[in-house]
Amino acid sequence: MSLKTDTTDFLEQTGKISRFTGHFFSHGIKPRFEIKELLSQCYLIGYKSFPLVGLTGFIMGLVLTMQLRPSLVSYGVQSKLPVMVGIAIVREIGPVITALIFAGKIGSSIGAELGSMKVTEQIDAMEVSGTNPFKYLVATRVVATTFMLPILTLLSDAISLFGAYIGVNISSVTSLRFFFAQVFQSLTYSDIIPAVIKTLFFGFAVGLIGCYKGFNSTKGTQGVGNSANSAVVLSKKWKRQRQLIVQLIKRKEQ
Amino acid sequence: METAKAADSSTDQKKGTVIAPAAVPVITIEHLYMRFGPNIVLQGFNLTVYKEENVVVLGKSGAWKSVLIKCVMGLLKPDKGSINVLGDDVTMLNDDDLIKVRSKVGFLFQVNALYDSMTVRENLEFPLRRHWIDLLQIEVDAMVKEALANVALEHTAEMMPSELSGGMLKRIALARTLILKPEIILYDEPTTGLDPVTAREIDQLILQLQKKYQTSSIIISHDMNCVKNIADRVILLLEGKCYADGTYDELAHATDQKIKQFFE
Repeated sequence: MSLKTDTTDFLEQTGKISRFTGHFFSHGIKPRFEIKELLSQCYLIGYKSFPLVGLTGFIMGLVLTMQLRPSLVSYGVQSKLPVMVGIAIVREIGPVITALIFAGKIGSSIGAELGSMKVTEQIDAMEVSGTNPFKYLVATRVVATTFMLPILTLLSDAISLFGAYIGVNISSVTSLRFFFAQVFQSLTYSDIIPAVIKTLFFGFAVGLIGCYKGFNSTKGTQGVGNSANSAVVLSKKWKRQRQLIVQLIKRKEQ
Repeated sequence: METAKAADSSTDQKKGTVIAPAAVPVITIEHLYMRFGPNIVLQGFNLTVYKEENVVVLGKSGAWKSVLIKCVMGLLKPDKGSINVLGDDVTMLNDDDLIKVRSKVGFLFQVNALYDSMTVRENLEFPLRRHWIDLLQIEVDAMVKEALANVALEHTAEMMPSELSGGMLKRIALARTLILKPEIILYDEPTTGLDPVTAREIDQLILQLQKKYQTSSIIISHDMNCVKNIADRVILLLEGKCYADGTYDELAHATDQKIKQFFE
């Protein structure tokens, strides 16, 4: 009985999100574009998230280096530390951690913002004022999250690598130039480009699910809270599923 | 006196009153049906609102009164029936045509629905910028100033909605509704949640602005003071139908128990 209900809920939710996504492509990205609101969202979503993403990236690079070093020393390959950390950060850890933080911060804030707008009838007021709320609220946020997450990921990777450089220098002395030369020697475009493309999809999913949850918020403050919470949970679920699928495809190709 | 006169010119034919030739219908709702899941919200609802007339729709809490005006505004689509607003059937219009109709119809929300991330000025500018794209900033400023002067809140232009009291929020919401100088205004419980003094002030303001801009209105309310002060005509919405239609005095003296309970 419970499995039946769960399956029905899952299918219903998938159907609704698919319809919402279809509506985004058919109605959301048509002229007239809300450029001013898009730029404002890019500022709020991208620039305002940078301190948190940057700090996390720095700590991630530093801690990863400090934790890896003893193991590498025991095998006598500590010279490979910049290469190992560089590949790990750029390929997987950077995009994944940035996307998780992004989903937590932005997904919940979009869900809560739109949810409270919905329950206080601000979305209806917008429609009454001659504005298509889907274009004004949803399209701008989804486009902003889609393009801001890759940028934030690249910045986070750079700060993370700098954190790794500090980590390396805690127990030995390496020049900044030498450290980054080693990192970039080991990296190829096939490490960077797929990771960035992946974040485009993560960003799209975070924005879309946040907006979907906010737009479909039920009445009351509890409904707003639920929207914010489920926006994050669902975004992370989606992200993990995508990650899993990508890894399975990669393994099959190898 | 004036109220009685307006009601005379527009009272439903069911009551046997002749409609004056000058009465021009601005909203005509015919055979409106709507349901939300198992709840039947409207079942064959009919209503005609004439120019410069204030029609109050009275009903119990949870009688889906707000749904009616949301259908008129095109925010909700009824299952069946037609809603003619200023010559256009809003149930048949596409998004672009609906925007044109909405520029002539104002809507005052029960919870005010001011954008809480914008200042009062930005709240008032928003519909102007959306409906009348070519306006110069100087014209926008003048219209915002006039709208705020109408509600005697000129000093609040740079304030955020969170800094205003309930009565002030209602006035600003009213100013935003009126800034486009609509021909029709739909009020969703304009005095709910306000103290009796402020509620009376809002009633007076609605009447004063209605005279100034010669608007027609549908007012959703169950505040009997508001009904008495504002209504040219009262519609009683019961079980999704128009149960009674008449002036305040006519309904107040009705013997039908279902009508009487609202006026006791």
